[in-house]
Amino acid sequence: METYSPTVEHYLVLGTALFFIGMFGFLTRKNMIAMLMSLELMLNGVNIIFVTFNKFKHPVALDGMFFAIFIITIAAAEAALAIAIIISIYKNFKSIESDEPHTLKF
Amino acid sequence: MDSWSYIIWIPLLPLITFVAIGLFESRLTEKISGLAGCVSMGISTFLSYCAAWQYFFISGKSEEVYRKIITLDFTWLKLSPSLSVEWGILLDPVSVMMLVVITTVSLMVFIYSTGYMHGERGFARYFSFLSLFSFSMISLVLATGIVQMYIFWELVGVSSFLLIGYYYDKPSAVSACKKAFIVTRFADLFFLIGILIISWYGSSLDIQTLIARLTDAGSPEFQAIKNETFLGFSVLSVALLMVFIGGAGKSAMFPLHIWLPDAMEGPTPVSALIHAATMVVAGVYLVARLFPVYAISAPDVLTVIAYIAALTSLFAAVIACTQFDIKRVLAYSTISQIGYMLMSLGVAGWGGDREFGFMASQFHLFTHAMFKALLFLCAGVVIHTIHSNYMQDMGGLWKKMPITNIAFLTGCLAIAGIPPFAGFFSKEDVLTAAFEHDKFIYTMALITAGLTAFYMFRLYFRIFHYGTTAHHHDAKEHFSIMLIPLGILSVLSLVTGFIPFSEFVTPSGKPFYYHMHFNLVAYAVIVSVAGIVIATLFFYRRSALPVALAGKMRVIYLAVYNKFYIDEIYLFVTKKIIFNCISRPAGWFDRHIIDGIFVNGTANATGRVSEEIKGLQSGNIRHYLWFFAASSVIIILLFLFIYQP
Repeated sequence: METYSPTVEHYLVLGTALFFIGMFGFLTRKNMIAMLMSLELMLNGVNIIFVTFNKFKHPVALDGMFFAIFIITIAAAEAALAIAIIISIYKNFKSIESDEPHTLKF
Repeated sequence: MDSWSYIIWIPLLPLITFVAIGLFESRLTEKISGLAGCVSMGISTFLSYCAAWQYFFISGKSEEVYRKIITLDFTWLKLSPSLSVEWGILLDPVSVMMLVVITTVSLMVFIYSTGYMHGERGFARYFSFLSLFSFSMISLVLATGIVQMYIFWELVGVSSFLLIGYYYDKPSAVSACKKAFIVTRFADLFFLIGILIISWYGSSLDIQTLIARLTDAGSPEFQAIKNETFLGFSVLSVALLMVFIGGAGKSAMFPLHIWLPDAMEGPTPVSALIHAATMVVAGVYLVARLFPVYAISAPDVLTVIAYIAALTSLFAAVIACTQFDIKRVLAYSTISQIGYMLMSLGVAGWGGDREFGFMASQFHLFTHAMFKALLFLCAGVVIHTIHSNYMQDMGGLWKKMPITNIAFLTGCLAIAGIPPFAGFFSKEDVLTAAFEHDKFIYTMALITAGLTAFYMFRLYFRIFHYGTTAHHHDAKEHFSIMLIPLGILSVLSLVTGFIPFSEFVTPSGKPFYYHMHFNLVAYAVIVSVAGIVIATLFFYRRSALPVALAGKMRVIYLAVYNKFYIDEIYLFVTKKIIFNCISRPAGWFDRHIIDGIFVNGTANATGRVSEEIKGLQSGNIRHYLWFFAASSVIIILLFLFIYQP
């Protein structure tokens, strides 16, 4: 059976695709939970790119890995914050549609 | 017993009192704050007497010369390897003598104030400010570095300002404290420039180092400052003159004297402490501290000082003869006596007999502090009883206030220079020094001595004799704590003249022996007695003589009565010239250019732009997201195009 090993391009395409899918979702969805999920998708797309470059360009260094781990940590914290915000928005507006809370303006 | 470590507590105790009373002001009763002030000042006084004893009699001398002892020294700011701002405590005859004067008078005034200020609003505030003053004045005389000295110089100015304005709901007190602060601050500007020039050329901030460098004709610093000229004078002379102007501002020398009579708006004990005994002699102290530089390197400046001081002294004595506010009479007499001290410094020189003037000035400073504080405190008792500052409301009080009467008479005799009171000895020394140096100055000083006796006895008779006035029938001297300091100071005014000052306080530290010239003594005493006799003729009973005399010399009398219109000249210069030519244009520039264009203009522009673009702030998160994403893309594209490798 022919073994197939993915090259750097495969990974990059995957990462970029994930990022832009996430971005598309982030900009088009109205549900805040869905927006949060899209955001996670974007972060993970970036993670994949970091890890890829680390593995293929500088195999001995660990910087890319570190960045990935940092991003995962920050994503966890950010998810906690975002969900808290969403809950409080829900309490105030009885909705988690992002169009509803538009009172914060001039 | 060669330890000096306790010296630090002399200034520290009043500082601690200031902070403690100041912080808990509203919660302290009168008793606690008064007691705290008196006790801490008492301990300070005791310690400074110990220091004086130790310095003068035990360990101050080495090889028959009083040396300068630095008991504390630490570097505060290191500006460069060779230049640093030092803090320390310096003991030499002058500073130890000043220490004794300041703590003694402070203690007397603290005790007196507990009676005088009884029941006043802000009693605790008064005591905390008074402690602040004592702290800064003590630290000023102990300073080793010129920066340290300047800092405390300003601090005494601030505490003087605070205390003159103690009755802050009285408009005249408010304007008096502002006047005092502005005038002395204006003079301090010259002082600052002077010390900057001196320390720049001397490349040191330590007073002893500066003196050593600037009096040694061979040192490179001396050569540099002597060879540089400014407007035809050597820079050293100009700088020293500027330092003197700073001192003249604090010591109320003509023409910077205008703040002192107005400073009498403060409580009377404050006038006794700050504006008679201690702060106003800071100028004398300053010149005495830098005396070697003046005497050796710039004797011409000393001559200028002597003439200004002699003129001021005569001028103030003339004005004092015509004033009716008893505190103002005392204020002008203070100006006149400080003029004596500076004049005596001005006629002094370096080495041998010429150092005599220096000694005389310090001696007069010492005795003057005692008897002038006494006079002010007596005046305070009178004012406290009569509730008026004016002679017209007084008269015939000798029966009602016997103790004050005796104390005041002691003070008057002392200031008039009648033997064996303290003022006699010191004034004799001052006059002798003037006689040996310059006959013209001596003549002025002699006339001043006569005038001093005249106006002091005019004051005395107008308060305690001069017939009786009806409208103070309830005025009566109660025995109170205020009379204790009067007693102590009266005794001091009697005995301090017998201190052999020439053995202790000389510029070089060597003891000094001299003989009195008996004919000079006779002249001075005759002149003083003549002054007293004339005053007795005029004012012992009600008489028409003074009024008739004033009527005959109406123009002169009016000019003197209005203090030679100096205040009016100042008002003209400030209001008409400075306000119109400098302040108003500056104000216009500030209001229209700085505020109008820069401050308000920026704000208006920002406001208008915001008004235009606030529609973008829709409150809808997804709009923001789109803006954000689109701008990110644009910025990334821009980077790609601009930064091509």
